[in-house]
Amino acid sequence: MAAFFDIAARRAAAQAAAADAAPTTSRSKDTDRIVPWVEKYRPKSLLDVTAQDHTISVLRRTLQSANLPHMLFYGPPGTGKTSTILALAKELYGPELMKTRVLELNASDERGISIVREKVKNFARVAVSNPTSEQSKKYPCPPYKIIILDEADSMTQDAQSALRRTMETYSKITRFCLICNYVTRIIDPLASRCSKFRFKSLDEGSARERLVGIAEREEVKYEEGVVEALIRVSDGDLRKAITYLQSAAKLHNPITPSTKKDDEDDIMSGNEHAPPQSSTSSPKLDLAVPTTITVRSIEEIAGVIPTDTITTLISALELKPSSFKGISKIVSELVADGWSAGQVVLQLYQSLVFNDEVPSKAKNEIVMYFSEIDKRLADGSDEHLQILDLCLKISGILGRN
Amino acid sequence: MLFLDKHRPRALENLDYHDGLSARLKALANSGDFPHLLVYGPSGAGKKTRIVATLRALFGPGVEKIKIDSRIFTTTSNRKLEFNIVASVYHLEITPSDVGNYDRVVVQSLLKEVAQTQQLDLNARQRFKVVVINEADQLSRDAQAALRRTMEKYSPNLRLILIANSTANIIAPIRSRTLLVRVAAPRHDEIVKVLTHVAELEMLESNPGLYRRIAEESGRNLRRALMMFESIYAQNDTITASMPIQPPDYDALIQTIADELLADHTPARILLVRPKLYDLLTHCITATTILKSLTFKLLMKVDDALKAEIVKWGAHYEHRLHVGSKVIFHLEAFVAKVLRILER
Repeated sequence: MAAFFDIAARRAAAQAAAADAAPTTSRSKDTDRIVPWVEKYRPKSLLDVTAQDHTISVLRRTLQSANLPHMLFYGPPGTGKTSTILALAKELYGPELMKTRVLELNASDERGISIVREKVKNFARVAVSNPTSEQSKKYPCPPYKIIILDEADSMTQDAQSALRRTMETYSKITRFCLICNYVTRIIDPLASRCSKFRFKSLDEGSARERLVGIAEREEVKYEEGVVEALIRVSDGDLRKAITYLQSAAKLHNPITPSTKKDDEDDIMSGNEHAPPQSSTSSPKLDLAVPTTITVRSIEEIAGVIPTDTITTLISALELKPSSFKGISKIVSELVADGWSAGQVVLQLYQSLVFNDEVPSKAKNEIVMYFSEIDKRLADGSDEHLQILDLCLKISGILGRN
Repeated sequence: MLFLDKHRPRALENLDYHDGLSARLKALANSGDFPHLLVYGPSGAGKKTRIVATLRALFGPGVEKIKIDSRIFTTTSNRKLEFNIVASVYHLEITPSDVGNYDRVVVQSLLKEVAQTQQLDLNARQRFKVVVINEADQLSRDAQAALRRTMEKYSPNLRLILIANSTANIIAPIRSRTLLVRVAAPRHDEIVKVLTHVAELEMLESNPGLYRRIAEESGRNLRRALMMFESIYAQNDTITASMPIQPPDYDALIQTIADELLADHTPARILLVRPKLYDLLTHCITATTILKSLTFKLLMKVDDALKAEIVKWGAHYEHRLHVGSKVIFHLEAFVAKVLRILER
């Protein structure tokens, strides 16, 4: 600890560390490796953005004219809103100039009204820096800055109103890009100052293409149906799908290719069926996890309850006369196994409402209870009681018909 | 020292159940590429034990040297908040729900501070620090929103482990950025196994019949099972398989309430039960616990025809407890409702 405060000693240590080149390179390799795939495969240019053809074509046109309106991107999570604006900024300025020309603020930054008044205003006010000749040759470098307000729907009303005049006053040298999930949470005066771009939920085809591409590049082995399972559990959210894929890959193949040294790599490729070796072998546990990703492991990562469990529950609900003991036992097991109540409700809903054998009249009544229980769960009620209540009610309704 | 702490497994290899999960955690810890985790499961399932063991696998025994820091945070309205942090050189452990509505301030300032400093120890096995957030499901929406981008932006220096009882109150963007790890409660035979193992270490006479009964009584909660186990051995000299398992005090009191309600259905019973409910509340038993165990105790003794009705009102008033402001109203309303149902 004493050395910590001794500045001279620290400086010497820093120099020593800098001189010792070996650890520095290995460190930089480390950073390379631990980038999440979501960041690694973020689209580098506008053309790479998947499945948002309309938006992209409009943006490319503005890129050529080098005049940008204020923009408002909205759409469900994981559809490429942040990626698009970052890619656009990169195409406009290049990586170097981007640092001085783009200000990115999101919900993790303090964004009260004071910040809008000071930080945003100060950045908006500063004159545009001149690009070097080299930069202006490669990139358009238009004479304005971009302020990205990510997750703008979590900004307070006051903070949004404070933006109004700022946006207009400095519009000569600054463009704003607001990104949000719910366009209704953006106050009207702001929305009317921006040209709106809707990002639609990803269709299955483009999501599949992307996932297969990433799996290939990362040399992930997966069994049939995994990509479909990913798409199903992520409902159109590509980021979620990629995160799940990466998590599954990590679980099944703990040593990523880049961590192996080259010579080891050769040995491994010559001996493909060898199980992945962990750096430290454990005495008691057998660590051989299968190397191919299975559909079940994707579902486990996504927290999806196995179909069998749900089927048992539903058959208990359909039993006539209804048995309180049976239902109560299954529900207790479900809760003790740690399945989240939201997921139980969702999966019950899916299998009951889309089941043609249940008469419509019963469905009407059941759906009402689903809504009630969902509200109670959102209010933070006890999961065990609520699920038990829901199940007993459903069983009562099914028993009557 | 309680058996609970004394025999808590310290390493992933020594965990007694969920071998598949332990193997995966081990694989993650060794891969050098550790994701953000969201660990969820009922209480007493071993979430914390698994996390501590994983941290140990990540950083070595150094994580067990912890100290408690008290930090002061200032909100935008200049209010001072005192906040306790449990920290080792490699990780921090926080419970943001301690500061209630101001959890966002803590999350924002503390995580940024951690994320912007690099690991000082050059010999450390990992270059990131881990922040363990307890009771993550109690985090306010704002605080969770504040986590979103922090998790992506500072991923070279920071990993989060969120602990929650359920994923229901975790917003979707956080769920999509973390690896979900479900820790199911141990099954009965697994609890029996653990108890037998502890008895062996303590050199106590083994008694499988009793252990099975403890396991059933505990409701698949290992912590509760171990506490029961210890108290039985502390109170009695000779142990038999059929000896009574003492329920906790509050549980016994709730049982009395249930019995009184079942014995007679007159309004006078409400008056009789009221002081008992107050007694429970003043001893810091949460209203949810009271209502829930009262409901289940009633269920055991009433006719099948009435059960659905009692569950319905139990769930109804349990919801009211969360939305309402004064819990005793809803507890008494439930009692009155139960009397009404029983009378019919």
